[in-house]
Amino acid sequence: MLRWGLFGAAVVAFTGAIIIHQPARAGDEAKLRASAHLYDTYCAQCHGVNRNGKGINTIGLSVQPRDHSDKAGMSSLPIDEMKKAIRDGGASVNKSALMPPWASVLTDEQIDDMAVYLRSVCHCDEQK
Amino acid sequence: MKMQGILASAAAVALVVALARPTTVDAQSGSELESRCAACHTLTKPANASVDRLWERKGPDLWYAGNKFNRAWLVQWLQKPTPIRPGGVLWFKHAKPGEPRDTLDPAAAGQHPAVDAATAAKLADELLTLKADGLVAEGAFKPEGVNLTMGQMSFGKLRGCVACHQDKAGQGGLSGPALIDAGQRLQPDYVLAYMKDPQQFDRYVWMPRVALSDADLQRLTGYVVSLGKENN
Repeated sequence: MLRWGLFGAAVVAFTGAIIIHQPARAGDEAKLRASAHLYDTYCAQCHGVNRNGKGINTIGLSVQPRDHSDKAGMSSLPIDEMKKAIRDGGASVNKSALMPPWASVLTDEQIDDMAVYLRSVCHCDEQK
Repeated sequence: MKMQGILASAAAVALVVALARPTTVDAQSGSELESRCAACHTLTKPANASVDRLWERKGPDLWYAGNKFNRAWLVQWLQKPTPIRPGGVLWFKHAKPGEPRDTLDPAAAGQHPAVDAATAAKLADELLTLKADGLVAEGAFKPEGVNLTMGQMSFGKLRGCVACHQDKAGQGGLSGPALIDAGQRLQPDYVLAYMKDPQQFDRYVWMPRVALSDADLQRLTGYVVSLGKENN
């Protein structure tokens, strides 16, 4: 009887976990889509339509923008440094001033979400 | 059944009249600007500023055109319009991925309608009445003693304007308006005010605010408004 009770509790807990987890995932997906839209609007001009650092503006750049699809390069980039570069510009992290600060356009929350999005673009959190 | 037909016909006639009416009113009001430009350009400060509005609009905002443009340039350009933004009003819509870099569809900018000389003059006069209260400080730019060489260096790698704007043909980024003839096109005080804080003009526009000192603003403005002038 106790076994059945434990089994029932496990089923309830498992179902609950699925129910709780679904909205969170849906929320994450929505945030990723919103970040992708902001990337198209603000970042792709230099970092490329395909997020590969080959945007239309690279014709005028003496320093090439970071390739966000480069897993090796992006994986070594601390997430706080990534956010600082977006918020305060490339010069704030000893990179090129050609990367401007986006704090006047993007909110802190959007910058946080963008950093998560960039980690998904490079597949940095995937095993293979 | 017959009654229903009569009602449907009456409704159709009413709809046609309702749709036709604004055009008639515009034509009668005599505003060339409203009738010719408002379909693509915002002529009053938008209440619905958003990223999506930037994706949906068909032309650049003109609600501060009176602060922005020089009349002589407007009159000339409206008769013989040439592309200002290489990628059109929103470059992303016309960008294609590629090697060694993404490219723009050559037809991206589209073709702005041309008008005759009299209409151009009338439109220019109307455009110059569109001013943004408090956004552009008259006399903020002080042309005396501006170092153009320093301005050019700031425009380049020091402040990175060149990443998005062309200052000379074939030199500079393509997502922003070309500044090759900015000296003819733009009022210096507007250039300074816009560089100082683009988000005052549009909270969501893809030119971000860069921390620029007063000296930076003066020399950058001096350089930008020197572009396209005969002595440059």
